[in-house]
Amino acid sequence: MTPLDSRVPAGPLAEKWDRHKFEMQLVNPANKRKHPIIVVGTGLAGASAAATLSELGYRVQCFCFHDSPRRAHSIAAQGGINAAKNYQNDGDSVFRLFYDTIKGGDFRAREANVYRLAQVSGNIIDQCAAQGVPFAREYGGLLANRSFGGAQVSRTFYARGQTGQQLLLGAYQALERQIGRGAVEMHPHTEMLDLVVVDGRARGIVVRDLVTGRIESYAAHAVVLATGGYGNVFFLSTNARNCNVTATWRAYKRGAAFGNPCFTQIHPTCIPVSGDYQSKLTLMSESLRNDGRVWVPARIGDARPPRDIPEDERDYFLERKYPSFGNLAPRDIASRAAKQACDEGRGVGPTRLGVYLDFADAIARVGAQAIRDRYGNLFDMYERITDENPYAVPMRIYPAVHYTMGGLWVDYNLMSTIPGLHVIGEANFSDHGANRLGASALMQGLADGYFVLPATIGDYLASTPFAPVDTSHPAFRAVEADVAERTTRLLGVRGNRTVDSFHRQLGKIMWEKCGMARTEAGLTEALADIPALREEFWRTVTVPGSGQELNQALEKAGRVADFLEFAELVCLDALHRTESCGGHFREESQTADGEALRDDAHFAYVAAWEYAGEGTAPVLNKEPLEFETVHLSQRSYK
Amino acid sequence: MDVTLRVWRQRGPSDPGGIVEYPATGVSPDASFLEMLDLVNEGLMARGEPPIAFAHDCREGICGACSLMIDGIAHGPMAGAATCQVHMRSFSDGATITIEPWRAAAFPVLKDLIVDRSALDRIIAAGGFVTAATGGAQDANAVLVPKEAADRAMDAAACIGCGACVAACPNASASLFTAAKVSHLGLMPQGQPERSRRVIRMVAQMDAEGFGDCTLFGECQDACPKEISIDVIARMHRDHMRAVWFGGEERAETGPG
Ligand SMILES: Cc1cc2nc3c(=O)[nH]c(=O)nc-3n(C[C@H](O)[C@H](O)[C@H](O)COP(=O)(O)OP(=O)(O)OC[C@H]3O[C@@H](n4cnc5c(N)ncnc54)[C@H](O)[C@@H]3O)c2cc1C
Ligand code: FES
Repeated sequence: MTPLDSRVPAGPLAEKWDRHKFEMQLVNPANKRKHPIIVVGTGLAGASAAATLSELGYRVQCFCFHDSPRRAHSIAAQGGINAAKNYQNDGDSVFRLFYDTIKGGDFRAREANVYRLAQVSGNIIDQCAAQGVPFAREYGGLLANRSFGGAQVSRTFYARGQTGQQLLLGAYQALERQIGRGAVEMHPHTEMLDLVVVDGRARGIVVRDLVTGRIESYAAHAVVLATGGYGNVFFLSTNARNCNVTATWRAYKRGAAFGNPCFTQIHPTCIPVSGDYQSKLTLMSESLRNDGRVWVPARIGDARPPRDIPEDERDYFLERKYPSFGNLAPRDIASRAAKQACDEGRGVGPTRLGVYLDFADAIARVGAQAIRDRYGNLFDMYERITDENPYAVPMRIYPAVHYTMGGLWVDYNLMSTIPGLHVIGEANFSDHGANRLGASALMQGLADGYFVLPATIGDYLASTPFAPVDTSHPAFRAVEADVAERTTRLLGVRGNRTVDSFHRQLGKIMWEKCGMARTEAGLTEALADIPALREEFWRTVTVPGSGQELNQALEKAGRVADFLEFAELVCLDALHRTESCGGHFREESQTADGEALRDDAHFAYVAAWEYAGEGTAPVLNKEPLEFETVHLSQRSYK
Repeated sequence: MDVTLRVWRQRGPSDPGGIVEYPATGVSPDASFLEMLDLVNEGLMARGEPPIAFAHDCREGICGACSLMIDGIAHGPMAGAATCQVHMRSFSDGATITIEPWRAAAFPVLKDLIVDRSALDRIIAAGGFVTAATGGAQDANAVLVPKEAADRAMDAAACIGCGACVAACPNASASLFTAAKVSHLGLMPQGQPERSRRVIRMVAQMDAEGFGDCTLFGECQDACPKEISIDVIARMHRDHMRAVWFGGEERAETGPG
């Protein structure tokens, strides 16, 4: 492979992006429509990119597997979006947001990317407000803010508990405007099943029309993947049911390096698992930790109802362990602390895998109505699912898989190791290091889509000579044949085990052996279990129906088949990284008081895995991380 | 608990379709309605039979994918909830439950319980936006938005685009959906410049898609999982009337509204 070139521009950190924007080549306005671009995905990243590229004059073809671009998983984000506006006059700045993000990510992200993210964060809020996004307001009409984990300033913008929905609708409406003008060709209900690379460059995709089953090809000058994260490799997660790794995994198998696949985020505040019929886990927004206090009984085995446990027999463990951040400690830290409390036998609820999130003090302080105004829809959601009233009894929460920091490796221009293949949003590995701070995924998705990619992709298009390639090129036939072969194989097994049963079993392996605490022994076992399960899948899975129709079983089977391959890479990455950092906790590497212990001497790099062929171990490439501005330090939230 | 399902099965758009009965046994009352369907589908697939096709994704009431008529009620028995938020504890043990797709001329059935709702996207494409190309925005606090306006706009913007309003309406009208967007943007200062043009175009598109007229039955607001009030429709009618009478240039451009 070509050595990893991060293409970080020279110059002082604060000037890199401006300088780079000036130095990049521009596409002449009249030539833009001669460059077709494929955008796969219509979440915050994809919708904002497709709309903006089309506004700039490029010819955009946009794809999503959902029946409407508005249903992308971004719609479910609740809590908010960060921006360094300093509207609250509480000491925020671009530098502070940059610093918090680098530190929150446990020093495993690229400085230059993160700084740029903080720089454009303010523009995002301006852009969304101009689109009519109904952000929360103060009585005077100014924008309101709230606090989120890992920060001591109030920089999170929100729209009730539906921030992702409102931001996505803003981007979706901008996209629909372009569709209405005929400037974007939208292909909903269409799933990308492979990438087409011609002469070393990404030149198109092969898709399946999910309604008719037809396999089709599309050609372009550049391909943008905005296909979201892979949290569903764990089966149970807070992600929407259909989120999957197929697009990025297929691109990996065509030569795109996969960055830090083991960096997955476990969110501390989710509704605990209640039974084995369960199909997904529900997040209770982190914003609740602004007012809720997390506790467990101080005594092991104390099974009294929560309200009968007196104050001095409770352990507010986050406040005790992290006095300066308290209940707003970052996610990885809060999740591990909850797991520890449960491991000690102090967990609550029927399964004992839960901790309390208690609003009694907040209700006494500001009144039930104020709490209802802030979190009403979340409280309703909780009650609907658990049949318990959180105004009267404390919520029960437990950590759950939520987000994936890992993703396809990209350079400063958001281009993968395949020239012409760009990757944005949760699908890339770029900005969050080993742990993402709350309200920063929406920021990153929109930064990539509205501001970064539309600038950097022009440089690629302007500086690349494009041989005329259309879908009649033999490379498309070859990839179509691969796709058809895979479909035929899935339908042909005709075994007796359902796809979901495999997915569930894979999830269990991943959660137990590659979840909140990882060990060499556990990961080694997982690396034996996964191929065995995969082998069984291809021998005994049943996929009813045919390929020439709307077939949800077939869709799911293809996605789970890819998860069964991808899971191995996650474990391999987790095994090789013997340090602990952020969400990646190796039990072998911890401080005396149980905090993650980094090993900067050996692991201050991005692991970018390169596919080496079926049955061959992937190649590990390393992009060293250089910290010129921030000082590498042991993270402390005490 | 055990229930009997009567489910609409239809192999494709041109298949006539019909009701098929399935038992669902040993269901936990804490399972969601869709988890109960998962269970039935697992059983079907283990026998090599095609599963019941239904749309779903987020399973927490926000993506708008799920869309089932349960015993003739859009999204089932629970007020203010989407299908995916209904739990089996809302049904009694031994019940017979009928499950059908949304029914509307503008929502053709694709398979079983899945319908084509792309008409709703086309209504948005016709005008459900603020024209604000990326890059030109001024500071977000430069335009003040009274809290009350923002709150009311948010009430309307909460629409998840599921189409339950259409399914519940005896006329299969998409007025609640369209009016929710008209109201959201019409309540925000940013939405003012295009207010007339927006409502004229969206209403024209709604008609062109074959949705019925609104005769203010109010079934839509009862079915809406986000409990959007029918008041938005009155607001849309006012805006539309004003736009048609005073819209001037817009009116000329788009023909009679
Ligand atoms: C419950 C929940 C709450 C959250 N809350 C917050 C929050 O408050 N703040 C915050 O900052 N972040 C939050 N996050 C994280 C954030 O929502 C996501 O990281 C972000 O929205 C991802 O956006 P995206 O555009 O990268 O991808 P997505 O929104 O996941 O979109 C992926 C798109 O790709 C398409 N797609 C995928 N694969 C294919 C394929 N093979 N072919 C065709 N199309 C494909 C899909 O159809 C979809 O359109 C939350 C996440 C969850 C799960
Ligand atoms: S599945 Fe998303 S709203 Fe029901």
